Amino acid sequence: MEPEIERTDLKRRARGLWEDAGMFLVFAAMFVVLAAFVPFFFSVQNMVGLALSVSMVGMVACTMLFCLASGDFDLSVEGTVVLAGVLCAVVMNATGSITLGILAGLAGSALVGFLNGVIIAKLKINALITTLAMLYIVRGLSFIVSNGSAVGIANESFFQLGNGALLGLPNPIWITAALFLLFGVLLNRTTYGRNTLAIGGNKDAARLAGIPVDRIKIIIFTVQGLVSGAAGIILASRMTSGQPNSSVGFALDVISACVLGGVSLTGGIGTLFGVVVGVLIMGTLQNAMNLMNIPTFYQYLAKGGILLLAVMFDQIKQRKA
Amino acid sequence: MPVQDYLRFHGIQKTFPGVTALDGIDFGLREGSINALVGENGAGKSTLLKILSGAYSPTAGYLELAGQRRDFRSTRDALQAGIAVIYQELNLVPDMTVEENLLLGHMPARLGFIDRAGMRRAVAAELERLGERIDPAAKVRSLSIAQRQMLEIAKALLLDAKVLAFDEPTSSLTEREVRKLFELIRELKRKGCCIIYVSHRLEEIFELCDAVTIFRDGRLVEDRKDMTGVDHPFLVSRMVGRSIENVYSWRPRPLGDCALEVSGLTGRGLREPASFSVRKGEILGFFGLVGAGRSELMKLLFGAGGPCGGEVRIHGRRASYRSPRGALGHGIALCPEDRKSEGIFGVRSVAENINISVRRTYTRFGWIHPGRERRNAEGFQQRLRIRTPSLAQPIAKLSGGNQQKAILARWLSEDIKVLLMDEPTRGIDVGTKNEIYSIMYELAERGIAVIVVSSDLPEILGVSDRVLVMREGRIVASLDRAEAAPDLILRHALPQAEARA
Repeated sequence: MEPEIERTDLKRRARGLWEDAGMFLVFAAMFVVLAAFVPFFFSVQNMVGLALSVSMVGMVACTMLFCLASGDFDLSVEGTVVLAGVLCAVVMNATGSITLGILAGLAGSALVGFLNGVIIAKLKINALITTLAMLYIVRGLSFIVSNGSAVGIANESFFQLGNGALLGLPNPIWITAALFLLFGVLLNRTTYGRNTLAIGGNKDAARLAGIPVDRIKIIIFTVQGLVSGAAGIILASRMTSGQPNSSVGFALDVISACVLGGVSLTGGIGTLFGVVVGVLIMGTLQNAMNLMNIPTFYQYLAKGGILLLAVMFDQIKQRKA
Repeated sequence: MPVQDYLRFHGIQKTFPGVTALDGIDFGLREGSINALVGENGAGKSTLLKILSGAYSPTAGYLELAGQRRDFRSTRDALQAGIAVIYQELNLVPDMTVEENLLLGHMPARLGFIDRAGMRRAVAAELERLGERIDPAAKVRSLSIAQRQMLEIAKALLLDAKVLAFDEPTSSLTEREVRKLFELIRELKRKGCCIIYVSHRLEEIFELCDAVTIFRDGRLVEDRKDMTGVDHPFLVSRMVGRSIENVYSWRPRPLGDCALEVSGLTGRGLREPASFSVRKGEILGFFGLVGAGRSELMKLLFGAGGPCGGEVRIHGRRASYRSPRGALGHGIALCPEDRKSEGIFGVRSVAENINISVRRTYTRFGWIHPGRERRNAEGFQQRLRIRTPSLAQPIAKLSGGNQQKAILARWLSEDIKVLLMDEPTRGIDVGTKNEIYSIMYELAERGIAVIVVSSDLPEILGVSDRVLVMREGRIVASLDRAEAAPDLILRHALPQAEARA
């Protein structure tokens, strides 16, 4: 009897590892293959470049994870990113103060998130529709504030934020890593994170378990706005201007990365580790295709294919479990 | 063999990774008979029904229908062979009309266009035959559970089903609807249908069935072709493999001061302000037909029933709250009626389901203590005997009884004063029911006031110290345990016109 139990236990653990880390193993295999066959891929310079290229998606994926895990959706993030950049640039130019510019960008984006949250939680309007509408509104506002063209930034010390480096790594990478850590802790070790997953798992049961569902939803969307705003400001710093036409399709990139990382679109399931892997898979793929000079048009095909494969892979895994 | 079996199971075995759900199931069913299938949850009844319906294919063994071996590869195959399984969770599309649902999958069509008139005629004739006054153009969403069940039956009859299997058909029907269903089932029997009837309500089996088959742990332990000598204790002892003297095992206990006092409570579902009180250590039963406002009253008390008026006092102190969170703050907790949609977080782990609520009370700045939570969950797993391979297992994979225990553990993790239990043992097998009752008594002995709502009259009579009867949104009677007799309770619970008739 005893060894029987141990064996099934071992089997269960093996299956558990596969379930938890399956995507990571896929990523690791992909990484090794690329490192072996794609020239320049596994160089310090390319690795730093890769990390920098995923930093934007990575930052916003942290909060998108919470949004999806709670069973909602946010398409407005790309608008928020743009609005924060433009607002920051305009206010900075008008006042000459970096602090005021950043604060304006953050305040504007947090407000967008807060409105999303209130409309979704209190007025019970579908998140997809709400954030789609908000996306149009925020894009529109960005064009209005910027008069339809890029707003150049005069204050050069602001560029340090996105272009400076610490210990050889560009600042955005440090910021992204810090956010991963912060949101990982929030998800696993705080009632905020656990309640988020519970709401996604079963909203009615969550309310009856004494979870303040509406309040948590509003917080989730407000933080989502805030972090998108921060990403937008960093982007503005890297591009030395606030650009109202940029970041088209960014929200879908973020959501794709989350889904690749095993976050359930119906809510209740998601890990930060998974999201990190999802972000890295997307970024690595793009990076390798760039190195191999694959034209952008074909890159879209590859991205779509990978996303479909990942979802099917996940389905098969769940059916087995 | 004097009478040929119409349907036979031959050595049916079904295994899932790590589990043998059914093993060596061998028995037959005759035409024009109602066959009960009983067993605790997890005994394999549902698996057998799924094999019958073609949803699962057996690992070994086969089905024989009218003397011929049949291997179904899909539910469609089984339907075409005249087998219809009517599940507990009905398979209807809520936003489609009655007629569309009835003919789903085989709508009459001309050149690919749906023949609406033909559809309506076919459906109207069938509903007429069932004696149901249901508008074929009504959306299924607008129908009662009983009406939806009638639709499922009509659906089967439209397909000329010869074998009909009912899985817990009465779990959400009122007494009157149950009568009607039984009439219909008897009618089907007279027509020569072969009927399988699965239910936890053993009284129904004595009333309705001609034969009984008992399952335990995936094996057939008893197959009786007639009901002579089959009584309640026999069924229960064969189902659980030991004899349970009395499922309820109620014993008197000392009652304390008033724990909860409700005066003039008003709100959705109540026609008249409700006033009542419960003492510490008391188990108060609420009986009433479905729709009498019992569940609504519980929701109001728990702050989840929308706006309400009136006064609630707990341990003598006035409590005002407007949400479940507020109610919990005053020590009131609810085990909801519909576990799946309102109780559990299906995809989350058992441990998470237990700890989800108590965190509110111990965390500072939301900071969770994993060790403390693990100890809490492990403690309850042992104390309440929650049967699960691991606490990390998603709770949806547990049986209903174990899910209910986990929800109880959720509330016992906190310092509660009043526990509201709405249909605490719906869909739970006899053995586990007994455990749930023991937990209820233990809580009462610790001075917690327990309110039990149930449509199961024997259960209410079995566990309550006092019974309140509700009818049409009002509390109409309060009976002590000694005076609470089934006929008296029913007389209060039934609509007045009906009671006089």
